[in-house]
Amino acid sequence: MIEPLWEVFVRSRRGLSHTHVGSLHAPDATMALRNARDVYTRRQEGVSIWVVRAADITASSPDEKDEFFDPAGDKVYRHPTFYQVPEGVEHL
Amino acid sequence: MLAGMDSFQATIDADGRIEPRDAMPEGYRKTLIRQIAQHAHSEIIGMQPEGNWISRAPSLRRKAILMAKVQDEAGHGLYLYAAAETLGVDRADLLDLLHSGRQKYSSIFNYPTLTWADIGAIGWLVDGAAIVNQVPLCRCSYGPYARAMVRVCKEESFHQRQGFEILHTLCNGTPAQKAMAQDALDRWWWPSLMMFGPPDSASTHSEQSMAWGIKRHSNDELRQRFVDMTVPQADVLGLKVPDEGLSYDEETGHYRFTEPDYTELYDVVKGNGPCNQQRLAHRVKAHEDGAWVREAAAAYAGKQASRREGSAA
Amino acid sequence: MNDLFVYTLRLGDDALIAAQRTAEWIAAAPQLEEDVALGNIGLDQLGQARSLLQYAGQVEGADRSEDDLAYFRDERDFLNLQLCELPNGDFAHAMARLLYFATYQHLLYEELRGCADEMLAGVAGKAVKEVAYHVDHATQWVLRLGDGTEESHRRMQAGLDALWPYTAEMFESDDLVRRLAVAVDPSTLQAEWERRVMAVIDESTCSRPVASYQHSGGRTGRHTEHLGYLLAELQHVARSHPGATW
Repeated sequence: MIEPLWEVFVRSRRGLSHTHVGSLHAPDATMALRNARDVYTRRQEGVSIWVVRAADITASSPDEKDEFFDPAGDKVYRHPTFYQVPEGVEHL
Repeated sequence: MLAGMDSFQATIDADGRIEPRDAMPEGYRKTLIRQIAQHAHSEIIGMQPEGNWISRAPSLRRKAILMAKVQDEAGHGLYLYAAAETLGVDRADLLDLLHSGRQKYSSIFNYPTLTWADIGAIGWLVDGAAIVNQVPLCRCSYGPYARAMVRVCKEESFHQRQGFEILHTLCNGTPAQKAMAQDALDRWWWPSLMMFGPPDSASTHSEQSMAWGIKRHSNDELRQRFVDMTVPQADVLGLKVPDEGLSYDEETGHYRFTEPDYTELYDVVKGNGPCNQQRLAHRVKAHEDGAWVREAAAAYAGKQASRREGSAA
Repeated sequence: MNDLFVYTLRLGDDALIAAQRTAEWIAAAPQLEEDVALGNIGLDQLGQARSLLQYAGQVEGADRSEDDLAYFRDERDFLNLQLCELPNGDFAHAMARLLYFATYQHLLYEELRGCADEMLAGVAGKAVKEVAYHVDHATQWVLRLGDGTEESHRRMQAGLDALWPYTAEMFESDDLVRRLAVAVDPSTLQAEWERRVMAVIDESTCSRPVASYQHSGGRTGRHTEHLGYLLAELQHVARSHPGATW
């Protein structure tokens, strides 16, 4: 019998987003959440937890990484540093 | 564009991190699975020698600290099994390999904890040696292993300190307590040196692991680092390291020390240490005693899921 | 003896002896995640014990520390419930005990956190959140074991039944709790305790344990044979080195 694997995401404090912290095994979502509390927030690391069945995550493949991510590389105009600001202009 | 193995080598050469779904040589994958599993096994077998003293800890404060420490080790085993699982193996299978003796764990845990001072010695020496071994692993080329080690190292920072504090208290206590501390050092010193593995001249896996960025320093380098770090601490405690050949070399800035008897290390690894059978039997029993619980949890989850489907239909 | 001292000692001894039994599970749990969970529960119980024993020592005014009270009293001086000292059985037995005990502690601490004694109220206020989690943990497992497999159902029922004869002791009232204004009279908690525990047992598909002979004596220091061995282990090192610091 193999218990499903769950990925655990913890919000470390209010105002921050949930971050992946690790994984664990649990028979169901209720126990996964409780196990995550015991395993990953022993030192007050969190104020909120998400658990997701690892099998339910759809991930991009490393084989596709060039067509996925390289085309964004030359779109420098998306960054504010691309633009010249005339001397003396503030709050821009 | 670099595909497959070229991209792997380029990433390693640039000191980058390999992630789970990247192409990697089969040898790299196998070496990592073996090493991470062994590391995880060591954490959970390591719960036993210290767990042996939770019920007898001589103050409630010490009892709480020790419980938290042994609990951390379960957590660390868990993080590490999860890191191994990213390489396409299942924790249940790795546990089977441990239980059937086909995968090893650190031989240090095959020594018995005979007095309370051993809890101090384990924290100070064994965790001290583990930290020397583990800190470079935080920069290991395999991302999930490195990340697990960052978490482990962060949490373990209190482990060594609490061990030293136990011994410091004993060394400043009654003559009987001080003698207990010296006895613990006498027994744990040599096995601790063996934790760094065989000497470089006899180490079989090291070279390839170094090339792959799994291992960053040689066994002998790490052993030297441990001795240099530990000897002055023994002086602070007023304890004598049980090595007649120990001396400080002004020129190199390092201590010279006697190498441990590696035939003992090989014997313990082969299964002939004082506690090998006991440790494994305890672990197997806990696992087998828990089988019906795990089955029940799975059965319940199955029932709940089909009930939900039933009500949704 | 001072009523408040005795009362605080009762609660502290419950927590201490429960912690000692919970800790025996570490490195022996059915799965790694449960080793960590039981570690947390044991640490909560031990933390409660330390606060309560420290306070008991202070109330007594005889300069006894938490460790003096834990390590240098004999069986007959311990005032914990027999439920807490019984040896561990299988995992179902452990979850039955946790369900019974934590539900009781939860009701007790809920009342106690409003009491006039600032220290007791403070300890209870912190502990009530801890034991609420223990109740939840026990509940989750009783449901899974009761409604899991045939074997787990049988074991869960056996655990609930075996410990039932040690539950009435939790609700015994006596002169001391009636006299001491800050004390919670535990007899007032019984009906709600039964309601909560029975709801879990019903949902787990187990049968309610049948009314049976009820053991008693812990609150006056009359224990099972098991407590002596538990204390021998707990106290051995400290007693071998009287006066030492650790």
